[in-house]
Amino acid sequence: MNPKLRLATVWLGGCSGCHMSLLDLDEWLIDLAAHVDLVYSPIADTKIFPAGVDLALVEGAIANDEHLELVHTIRKQSRILVSLGDCAVTGNVTALRNPLGAAAPTLQQIYVDHGDPRGIIPAEPGIVPVLLDTVVPVHAVVPVDHFLPGCPPPAPRIRALLEALLEGRTPDAQGPEMLRFG
Amino acid sequence: MAAKTLLINGTMVSAREDETILEAARDAGVKIPTLCHLDGLSDVGACRLCLVEVGGRLRPACTTTVSEGMDIRTHTDALKAYRRQIIELLFAERGHVCAVCVASGHCELQDMAVALGMDHVRYEYLAPTCTVDISHERFGLDHNRCILCSRCVRACDEVEGVHTWDVAGRGTSARVITDMNQPWGESETCTACGKCLLACPTGALFKRGATVAEMEHSPARIAMIVESRRVRG
Ligand code: SF4
Ligand code: SF4
Ligand code: SF4
Ligand code: FES
Repeated sequence: MNPKLRLATVWLGGCSGCHMSLLDLDEWLIDLAAHVDLVYSPIADTKIFPAGVDLALVEGAIANDEHLELVHTIRKQSRILVSLGDCAVTGNVTALRNPLGAAAPTLQQIYVDHGDPRGIIPAEPGIVPVLLDTVVPVHAVVPVDHFLPGCPPPAPRIRALLEALLEGRTPDAQGPEMLRFG
Repeated sequence: MAAKTLLINGTMVSAREDETILEAARDAGVKIPTLCHLDGLSDVGACRLCLVEVGGRLRPACTTTVSEGMDIRTHTDALKAYRRQIIELLFAERGHVCAVCVASGHCELQDMAVALGMDHVRYEYLAPTCTVDISHERFGLDHNRCILCSRCVRACDEVEGVHTWDVAGRGTSARVITDMNQPWGESETCTACGKCLLACPTGALFKRGATVAEMEHSPARIAMIVESRRVRG
């Protein structure tokens, strides 16, 4: 039997909806569990992204310094990196702040100018991650092997990708079942 | 009317001499992707999606009239790559967030991205500052989703006969405008007929009150209106 695939799922600048969609695979998750070791995930008790990951599913855009550092680690330590969902693929809702300008004017507008009550820009070095000036998709920072659009990608779309990768095939990135944004 | 004989993807076809390559191809059962073309309106060649190779040179199919002996290729690898590039650039140029868009599920741009196999955008997103005009009592305009196809301009001008819409500015700062670049709700010419909404391929023009995925345009109605007027004389 093939050794189990070392699977990581990562939650960067997204709403966790892509992970909810992953959980929407319901009982197929039991089949999946037979083929993978979940070595890193918001739903697993691990703090450090491990070495030797076979497949990393990355949800969310790159929006702060923590994401930026982590995504480089993910790329270095993973054989296959998948952008999971519209935020990872396009920036999507997370990138809606980009037209407001760099991080400082964005925080000013949101927390002070339109804040209720007015006034405090969150700043706790080492605790609150520092916003990047521009939110970017994952592939703007590191090379990405496969893209899975959708907000969130429907569970069958995630399953089709996982099945292909488990069988060593290239996932089929064609047609409305696999591609539609939104 | 005289007929012209030409080759489309190696197959001999005949076309009326006043037909465009797009029409001749359609008659021959060859579907060329389009966005700014809309049946019932004049053609302007704005989106370049319908580019074809004519004797090895690029021509927009919607604004090029057929001529004798043309050798047309509609789906070469180079053309497919250009078309995908065009779609990616449209997504990069404005703020398209399908997840929160009124037109999601009913959008020609979103559908075209699927049809052309766009799984991501290779270009940097410009994230421009785009305004939303909801000054009109029934309709709204979100510049984030406008692809400058000018279908609204032509529907309003050619079908409603009003010409409320136009395009102002150049390059990435070009925007559709109403009247003398004043809020739509203050337009003196708009009859609130809604033809621009029928024609719009994206979520740029919408009925006020429509929320995510609720805005369905009916572009085919434009050709129906034009045709029934022609029949009535
Ligand atoms: S206009 Fe179309 S492509 Fe743009 S955000 Fe709306 S659904 Fe997506
Ligand atoms: S509602 Fe009718 S008149 Fe008003 S801008 Fe649209 S097409 Fe023109
Ligand atoms: S508002 Fe709609 S119809 Fe008008 S130019 Fe923009 S995308 Fe085209
Ligand atoms: S359809 Fe021909 S240029 Fe847009």
